[in-house]
Amino acid sequence: MSKAKIYINGELIGTCDDPIDFVGEMREKRRSGEVSEEMNITYYEETDEIYIFNDPGRARRPLIIVKDGAPLLEETHMEDISKGKIKWDDLIKLGVVEYLDAEEEENSYIAMGLNYLNEDHTHLEIDPSTMLGICAGIIPFSDHNSSPRNTMEAGMTKQALGLYVSNYALRTDTRAHLLHHPQTPLVKTRIIDATNYDERPSGQNFVVAVMSFEGYNMEDSLILNKSSLERGMSRSSFFRSYEAAERRYPGGQEDKFEIPEKGVRGYRSEEAYRHLDEDGIVNPESYVESGDVLIGKTSPPRFLEEIDEFGSVAERRRETSVTVRHGEKGVVDAVLLTETVEGSKLAKIRVRDTRQPEFGDKFASRHGQKGVVGLILSQEDVPFTENGVVPDLIVNPHAIPSRMSVGQVIEMVAGKAGCMEGHRIDGTPFNDDMEQITKDALIANGFESAGCESLYNGMNGERIEAEIFVGVAYYQKLHHMTTDKVYARSRGPVQVLTRQPTEGRAREGGLRFGEMERDCLIAHGAALALKERLLDESDKYEAIICGDCGMISVYDKIRDKKYCPICGDVDSYPVEISYAFKLLLDELKSLCIFPKLVLEDKA
Amino acid sequence: MEIDKKIIDKVEKIAKKKKADFPESYIHDIADAYVRRELTDSELETLIVRVRKAYERARVEAGEAVGTVAAQSVGEPGTQMTMRTFHYAGVAELNVTLGLPRLIEIVDARKKISTPTMAIYFEDDTKEDEEFVKKLANYIGKSTVNDILKDFYINYAEMKVEAVIDEEKIKDKRLDLSEIIANIEKPFKKVVTIDGSKLTFEPAKQSLRELRLIADKVRDLQISGIKNIGKVIIRKEDEWIIHTEGSNLGDILKIDGVDKARTTTNDIHEIETVLGIEAARNAIMNEALRTLEEQGLSVDVRHIMLVADMMTSEGVVKSIGRHGISGEKSSVLARAAFEETGKHLLNASIRGEVDKLTGIIENIIIGQPIPLGTGSVGVMMKPSKTKAKTKTK
Repeated sequence: MSKAKIYINGELIGTCDDPIDFVGEMREKRRSGEVSEEMNITYYEETDEIYIFNDPGRARRPLIIVKDGAPLLEETHMEDISKGKIKWDDLIKLGVVEYLDAEEEENSYIAMGLNYLNEDHTHLEIDPSTMLGICAGIIPFSDHNSSPRNTMEAGMTKQALGLYVSNYALRTDTRAHLLHHPQTPLVKTRIIDATNYDERPSGQNFVVAVMSFEGYNMEDSLILNKSSLERGMSRSSFFRSYEAAERRYPGGQEDKFEIPEKGVRGYRSEEAYRHLDEDGIVNPESYVESGDVLIGKTSPPRFLEEIDEFGSVAERRRETSVTVRHGEKGVVDAVLLTETVEGSKLAKIRVRDTRQPEFGDKFASRHGQKGVVGLILSQEDVPFTENGVVPDLIVNPHAIPSRMSVGQVIEMVAGKAGCMEGHRIDGTPFNDDMEQITKDALIANGFESAGCESLYNGMNGERIEAEIFVGVAYYQKLHHMTTDKVYARSRGPVQVLTRQPTEGRAREGGLRFGEMERDCLIAHGAALALKERLLDESDKYEAIICGDCGMISVYDKIRDKKYCPICGDVDSYPVEISYAFKLLLDELKSLCIFPKLVLEDKA
Repeated sequence: MEIDKKIIDKVEKIAKKKKADFPESYIHDIADAYVRRELTDSELETLIVRVRKAYERARVEAGEAVGTVAAQSVGEPGTQMTMRTFHYAGVAELNVTLGLPRLIEIVDARKKISTPTMAIYFEDDTKEDEEFVKKLANYIGKSTVNDILKDFYINYAEMKVEAVIDEEKIKDKRLDLSEIIANIEKPFKKVVTIDGSKLTFEPAKQSLRELRLIADKVRDLQISGIKNIGKVIIRKEDEWIIHTEGSNLGDILKIDGVDKARTTTNDIHEIETVLGIEAARNAIMNEALRTLEEQGLSVDVRHIMLVADMMTSEGVVKSIGRHGISGEKSSVLARAAFEETGKHLLNASIRGEVDKLTGIIENIIIGQPIPLGTGSVGVMMKPSKTKAKTKTK
């Protein structure tokens, strides 16, 4: 028999005769502390190779070591931990717990729980839910959800607004959202405890009714209770920080913070500077809108020898103020004055904007159930329960069955039970007893175990015939908000080169009528509508074409005369073409190709 | 059901009288209805008039953008296909390219398609004959010496290759030993010695390399089969069908007992050379439609017919795209807008081409209404006559 090859970090180091013994011995040494606990060793029977790894960057996870069908972690350890005598690191030192990497997992047989444990197992899972990371760990009862929904939630929870840091008042993040009254989730998981989610929560507990309501919650839209919003539910702040420095230029000149004088080149209206203090910087707590100047600043002229109409070299400074972004508004939250590394004056300004939920804002539960606000309903009109509880949120029942997010249903029942009992509920996945416990708790408090209740129509007080499922669920406000996205344009700025409308909301641009949209108009045979879109509403240009040579003629504005640069004073005709086509002709000319337009009478 | 020739003539005559220009199948259907419903002559006349009206209404109007509509109708389902691509199906053992890759292959009119296959059908008197089909399958399918070996041994000590042919296997394959031996003898004349079913090869050059080379050569020697055809699979559906890997329509159709009408290949170029351009047009249609249907997508045949017509209208199969239809447009601007802008503009300027601006793309570029749909109509006036009339009044 040939010898087994040994690789350390992928490099062939040597061979050994008895790989199984060797691997076993190495593991023993790791557990006893003789070898670093970061070492992982794997033996592959098929290729007769041993892999040893101790390099950084491997994903490893802790497991309890099992010997002869019994875990090494004993009651005494647990007691010592609760008394604070030993800590996690001591468990590793004692050889009770060890970290395996993906390779070594291949050599082990891991029991999911104590009740599955048998003689063959080498390791015991600390808890099945340790397989989940931070994002997926936030989902309660995730073992009851379909996997795509868990994946979606793991992605969405990163977009949730919350208490993202506790020193937000001291920071100047370019963009930051902050939820106003974050709550810890009523239904938590043990991962939430482990990650200190409760210290930085990102949502609130909503009373949710699952019913359709006048069609305002179709297709995943949500109905919010207006009074709840007015009480501060899901309210958030948006912070945007602006900054400017008094830059120094070669030649001894520098920028200056000031209220620019009228003569300065690029002077805005007096209106725009109204919030500035004497030092050229806005006052805190002043209300600003887009276009308003936050930091008044002038820069030295770009070229020194600028001669004005009287022949003297006048120094005209340029206006380079920092203004509130297009489409944004807010109150100046903080003004900071410091120095840059070079020692010049630096100003940072934070503008705050309060966001009460409005139509189109995005919300999501912790089960991949996302939706946008479709209606904000006065509390008087919202259906209420027998006890007079008015839900904060109404979601559509159609959102549940096809998506199989049963975890949400269980969370809502558990949340309701938790409210009645006055304590938080543990919703850690793979804990099968919770369901019965919550049901019993509901019954003990006089509710139906399924969480259904009679609701009364808020508008006429009539009892709604169907039993409505009402519960408490943790909802997150996601950072996709209407105010950041609403946009329309009729006329507006165009690009210098092509004379076509600019692109993007921030530049007040047009909405692109793309190639495929164009194809649709062609397919409909809407010839004139197409021309209007592509020419009249875009880069229409009246070119003067020389009747002799077919090139673009020139119009001399001073003498009010048209002439062709080649043929001179001959007949020329105005022709409507797109500016982009004129550019094409120009480019062809620059390539020594002579494009001629042959003119005919319009058909 | 056979309809009396007289009735058909009668329907045709009335149709002509009513100025209805029906295709043949319509005449048949109307004649059928006339007989089955026992219509009177006047009823027949109203039927023809009604059908004519419906027929004219259903026809595409002048100025309709049929090409764009066809492109959209094929293209939209195509976007759904990309997700389930590289999925092989069809005959269990055969791998046939399906889905979007296959659709692209058809539209690109590739000379060498990635998985050519044939489906060989048999004529009525042979289609139930299992023995005949099996024999033919072995005749068509590629077999090498390797397939009929009982024993194969490279004797390094004596520098020779010893092969024993398995007569059982030959029988099973319905081949002939003497024929095979003759087949083997031809390319290995100088090196082979034959002793019944035992063959010994001695390379001329006494080197290990040469020995191994000859061993491989012997094993890979084809002893039966038709050129370009590899594996063969016999399947019994409603009747016996042979599916092949690789395709050679011309040679297969020469075999007796093969149904010339139903036997087909998925190689469109081969169909074009063997059966002609009309057959190629049908092949494009059938292949495209089948690929789409296999993915559970339904596209109206007429869109695909238009594509097939465009690809075959000039007597040879042309691709859609740079090397085919789009690259041969008459307008410089339209070609330049599609691909290889610089090349087209340069060549056009060298030749002094004139763009008559008759197409769609050209007119969009320069910003004129396109000559399609509402843009395809104009007003014609005869000013002199009207002037004269108004004057006399």
